[in-house]
Amino acid sequence: MRIKRIGVAAVALAAASALTLAGCSSDSPAPSAGGDTGAIITTNGTEPQNPLIPTNTNEVGGGKIIDQIFAGLIYYDADGKPINDVAESIESEDNQHFTIKIKPDLEFTNGDPVDAASFVDAWNYGAALDNAHLSSYFFEDIEGFSWDENVEEMSGLEVVDDTTFTVALKQPTADFALRLGYSAFYPLPASAWDDIEAFGQNPIGNGPYMLDGEGAWKHNEKISLVVNPDYDGGRKAANGGLDIIFYASQEASYSDLEGGNLDVVDEIPSSAVESYEDTFGERAVNQASALFQSFTVPDRLAHFAGEEGKLRRAAISMAIDREEITEVIFGGTRTPASDFTSPIIAGWTDELEGEEVLEFNPEEAKKLWAEADAISPWEGSFQIAYNADGDHQDWVDAVSNQLKNNLGIEASGVPSPTFKEVRETITNRTIQTAFRSGWQADYPGLFNYLGPLYGTNAGSNDGDYSNPEVDKLLKEGQSTSDADEQNAKFQAAQEILLKDLPAIPLWYQNVNGAWSEQVENVEYGWNSVPLYFQVTKAE
Amino acid sequence: MAGYILRRLLQAIPVLLGTTFLIYFMVFAMPGDPIAGLFGEKTPPPALLEQLRERYHLDQPFIVQYFLFLGGIFRGDFGVSFSGQPVTEILAQTFPVTLRLAILAVFFELVAGITIGLIAGIRKGGIFDASALVISLILISVPIFVIAFVAQYVFGVELGWFRTTVGAGAPWKDLLMPALVLATISFAQISRLTRSSVIETSSQDFVRTAASKGLSRRRIVPVHILRNSLIPVVTYLAVDFGVLMVGATVTEGIFNVPGVGRTLYQAILRGEGPTVVSFVTIMVLIYIVINLVVDLLYAVLDPRIRYAK
Repeated sequence: MRIKRIGVAAVALAAASALTLAGCSSDSPAPSAGGDTGAIITTNGTEPQNPLIPTNTNEVGGGKIIDQIFAGLIYYDADGKPINDVAESIESEDNQHFTIKIKPDLEFTNGDPVDAASFVDAWNYGAALDNAHLSSYFFEDIEGFSWDENVEEMSGLEVVDDTTFTVALKQPTADFALRLGYSAFYPLPASAWDDIEAFGQNPIGNGPYMLDGEGAWKHNEKISLVVNPDYDGGRKAANGGLDIIFYASQEASYSDLEGGNLDVVDEIPSSAVESYEDTFGERAVNQASALFQSFTVPDRLAHFAGEEGKLRRAAISMAIDREEITEVIFGGTRTPASDFTSPIIAGWTDELEGEEVLEFNPEEAKKLWAEADAISPWEGSFQIAYNADGDHQDWVDAVSNQLKNNLGIEASGVPSPTFKEVRETITNRTIQTAFRSGWQADYPGLFNYLGPLYGTNAGSNDGDYSNPEVDKLLKEGQSTSDADEQNAKFQAAQEILLKDLPAIPLWYQNVNGAWSEQVENVEYGWNSVPLYFQVTKAE
Repeated sequence: MAGYILRRLLQAIPVLLGTTFLIYFMVFAMPGDPIAGLFGEKTPPPALLEQLRERYHLDQPFIVQYFLFLGGIFRGDFGVSFSGQPVTEILAQTFPVTLRLAILAVFFELVAGITIGLIAGIRKGGIFDASALVISLILISVPIFVIAFVAQYVFGVELGWFRTTVGAGAPWKDLLMPALVLATISFAQISRLTRSSVIETSSQDFVRTAASKGLSRRRIVPVHILRNSLIPVVTYLAVDFGVLMVGATVTEGIFNVPGVGRTLYQAILRGEGPTVVSFVTIMVLIYIVINLVVDLLYAVLDPRIRYAK
């Protein structure tokens, strides 16, 4: 999953919310005119955390750049639908063996050919244990991948000819083809292997944009991208380039947007959440995104195992008024959850059986809690751990208060100063409370929200949830090629999850952004990042 | 004089060793695993965790890590940030920016602080004095981030006099507003210091003597009163530098200045030990040098100190 970095704003946030600055008057949308195809668009970003190598970039700051300068086999349109980019065809008969054909005569911006080897070599390099790339787990399913020893060449990858390669997986994985638009699967030019470290500072890609010469990445300041004239895929740029300015805080980028120094932003600081839609009117966006938020209640906590645990989790879930919290605390920038995925993913439905457990119902909650008490009386306090360097305290306090009021129990939040501290206790299982959790998909598929989180022993199953029924449904879903049947299996798995509630779904986070009068055709992708290639400047 | 300077420079060595050790210890002792934090909500496979820990020497005991770091510094190797940039390069990039910001800020606070303090001191008890007192009280009590946000909104967004944040390359004109904001922290202190010092100096015998000799006010104020009133102000400047560094972290964040403060803050957030320690080491070094310079200036301003050695 791609990580969103928090800004510097800890102090700044407090300040900004203390100040109630009046929003300026709303402007009418700019009149449509023929866009200037040579103009540079400016947007907000953050200093990439790692060198710009696709398999080693797993956070938003670097990901945003990588996605502009590379073209993968497929890309996702605004709705998350996969569209072939470099791929000519991706075929499989059994969901386990894939034959991938790429378009002929494609080149990287330095003239190196985009061929089958440029994919296979890049994947092998990213997957090798010794290289310890942050996104190496994306190759886990490929035959020959190993966490125990360094594998230089995975046996599951084979170059057939210049434009064809095959992939063999360890087991049927129907959504493997859908994953191929994620940055970990981008190709690398042969010249990258001369000096991969230098490459990471001045990457050469095959995407709609390329770096504006050597040293276009000005660390901590910005990166300048210009149009790659040779790119001929579906993301052809309608502008002259992209300046991604690195900001330390969301407040700063928002001020720049207000001050007319910035064209497009995809982050609104919490201090402006209430006012930005009035300020920007038609030029503001507030729509559900791929980000699902919850808190996890592991089985290992006292009173949360077995039947008693099920009753208590359902009671807790029903004691929370999600509508009220999303309105009051988040100013309507969250959407109450009705499942474990996200409404923008194909196959999502709000008609799952048992989803009433996510509706506010204090009487029923009390009743269930009492039933659990009959099994074993409750003692102690219910606590939710969170990281204080994110924006979590307000909602955790609100949820705790609702639990106090509606269940009559002690409840409180447990702040940790930093994200990495919470993650450490979660990773090594020393955490002894419920904890905040969330998931942003890497690719727009239902399975990505379920498999890694709730499958037995799955990579990110931090609550150690295990239910053979769920495992079976997930596996069946991955074995069938029929999309409807696949989604039906994943929905059935979710209906079990709604009974077990390994995590209590809270809400989907919206994408909040806005743009200046100078630009048009701004649309935000399924992953909340603007589709920069289609933005035009009216001049 | 040379011996005095040498002695002060030698004193810097244990100070530097001590501070780097302390800082390194603090970064190391910060709770949480920076590697576990690299993966967001995703739990990294244990094998991958181990590989990464090894790469950043995080699997070694603290003292080993510290000496590895120290050894690197002696070879002029300050390590590499997570994003693959040598720390020395980051230092070379960010320090000039912060330095320019600090120079501007010091300039503003000195000019405004001394002028206002001098006038207030000479016209003690008057309307000017009273309003200067009120203004400085307000500036002292309002936190700098509030001043920064208000300035950014009013002068940047609403009036459009300045760019809202500092543009690429941090040109001087973009630094004006952040510097003015930064200057407010110490402006009030300097004006009040100057004022009380001016009042004290004005009642000294040599000022009365000068006046009785028939010297004009025009000569007495700058030469006799001001020069002698500046001694406490100059000593304050040394302390002020530390205050500026702290203020710069906040101001640089709000105005997105690509300087030391902002970079340091981000490095702390990301748990990039080497970057943090190197930055702080250099800051300590500069702090020591500035204190030395101030001590020397002090001697220039007041000959009694020079000859007492």
